[in-house]
Amino acid sequence: MTASTPKLITDPHLEAPDDFYEALIDAHQGLSTQESNAYNARLVLVLANHIGSLAVLREALAAAK
Amino acid sequence: MIDYQSLRFDYRRHADQDAAAPARHPVVIVGAGPVGLTLAIDLALRQVPVVLLDNDNTLSSGSRAICFAKRTLEVFDRLGCGDRMVDKGVSWNVGKVFFHDEQVYRFDLLPEPGHERPAFINLQQYYVEGYLVERAAALPLIDLRWNNKVTGIEQSDDGAVLTVETPEGEYRLQADYVAACDGSRSNTRQMLGLEAKGRVFRDRFLIADITMDADLPTERRFWFDPSFHPGQSVLLHKQADGMWRVDFQLGWDADPVEERKPENITPRVRALLDSIGFEGVQFRIGWASVYTFACQRMERFRHGRVLFAGDSAHGVSPFGARGANSGVQDADNLAWKLAAVVQGQAPDALLDSYASEREYAADENIRNSTRATDFITPKSEVSRLFRDAVLELTKRHAFARTLVNSGRLSVPSVLRDSPLNTPDADAFSGAMVPGAAAADAPVVHADGSTGWLLRECHVAQFTALVFGQGEAAERSLAELRASDRPLHVVRMEDGARGSELAARRYDARPGTVYLLRPDQHVCARWRAPSAAQVRGAVDRALGKH
Repeated sequence: MTASTPKLITDPHLEAPDDFYEALIDAHQGLSTQESNAYNARLVLVLANHIGSLAVLREALAAAK
Repeated sequence: MIDYQSLRFDYRRHADQDAAAPARHPVVIVGAGPVGLTLAIDLALRQVPVVLLDNDNTLSSGSRAICFAKRTLEVFDRLGCGDRMVDKGVSWNVGKVFFHDEQVYRFDLLPEPGHERPAFINLQQYYVEGYLVERAAALPLIDLRWNNKVTGIEQSDDGAVLTVETPEGEYRLQADYVAACDGSRSNTRQMLGLEAKGRVFRDRFLIADITMDADLPTERRFWFDPSFHPGQSVLLHKQADGMWRVDFQLGWDADPVEERKPENITPRVRALLDSIGFEGVQFRIGWASVYTFACQRMERFRHGRVLFAGDSAHGVSPFGARGANSGVQDADNLAWKLAAVVQGQAPDALLDSYASEREYAADENIRNSTRATDFITPKSEVSRLFRDAVLELTKRHAFARTLVNSGRLSVPSVLRDSPLNTPDADAFSGAMVPGAAAADAPVVHADGSTGWLLRECHVAQFTALVFGQGEAAERSLAELRASDRPLHVVRMEDGARGSELAARRYDARPGTVYLLRPDQHVCARWRAPSAAQVRGAVDRALGKH
């Protein structure tokens, strides 16, 4: 793999892990399970678009299994 | 005006029916639909006599396959009947997708100028078949036999014997090669004990032709979950003669017999028209059908002397217009190879490449069709969850629109890995890689007259496009002549106004040569070919390597 090949980051990378986690849980406040599921689906899509690279997304799909 | 829907063709007794021993023909085609007719005309234009058998004596009943793609029109142009289709059909390039009642996505399938044909025309299948039948009737080498139903087939190493049932009893025919173009329920396939395998989708759709006087742009409109048909999808599309195609998703539990009744179709159409501002518009319901579909294909399209083409070989969902269009491309691929083989210009093995190339194309069509179907009719909770998430996001975020899949519409397959291609030795950029169907472009001749690149290609032979003029072009021309292969040379001289588009599309420089197969797929290209390279490429494309 060459240096320019995008690769999924699985080392710690979050700027502020606890703040993110709190924000994530907060975002689901007041949602029913069904609404939470829909929200999560939208969130996955938004994040996927940000990543863009199919190779990285495939790695992410595998990494989350 | 001819009413193609009510046309009946006469059964005529043929001398073959009285022959003591079964008459032998180089090619017998089973099925005179769009695929069988295309193949027959193409073969006749290559001087191959053809017997074309059809089990009834009518054209397509109902409008059925209405969307004919640019590539299909280019094939019809080559066969000499494209103009009629385009003149009669409704040309379109733009599609709009709605979620609830709001437009979320718009696509233009041909966003660039410089092509003779539009991305699509909509034309009822009976017109397409009717025009093909009339074209075939002008070709004495085509022997079209109506009410000739094939009821038996026996294969040997050098051909097949068909048993044919007619209103006057049975007779037998021998064929060097048989092309089975007899549709999704192919009798020929069943008689040979073969199957098409794949995925059946548990959903039902109502399609109906309605006639109305409504002033709507000629674009494809697709709704997900509209208020007038909640929870399902709807498609609206214009055809010729002020006719419109509506397609309502009904769900698996719908009753196909009940739903086809006009009294049940009327309120659905009324609700659709009311919601788009046509409250006062009256309409008449014509042909209607409730369908299900499968995405499937035969494992191999060639079985000895029998070649399968069109729906007999592969099936897709209608979203994407990849059924009839891919069938016509099957015929386009098969005709020149079959002609070369029966005329002794190529080994029988060339026909193996028909199977491998079109199996590859079928996989591509099935993949696209399956993806669209999964989006349109999600079959699991999570699939619906993501589908709805995409649609919801389209209202706020542009990126989500690229995920909306109401059908990725038919484009020709790039036969990248075909054994008939000569791999590039020179550097090229752009889309015209070996295996691609040649792109159209305007051409300007030395005398100032204009035309289209694809119209310049030879109907039957290999074509060599030679770009530029001056020393480099002259050298390439000399090498082509020295190659001692029958090539139709087309000069693409630069400098003339309008020709730069072709040079750009082909990433051409002075002296660049593109070798096009008789079906207009690129099979080799060079910056400065040698006669030996040209010879090698032609021979390879004829399966002689």
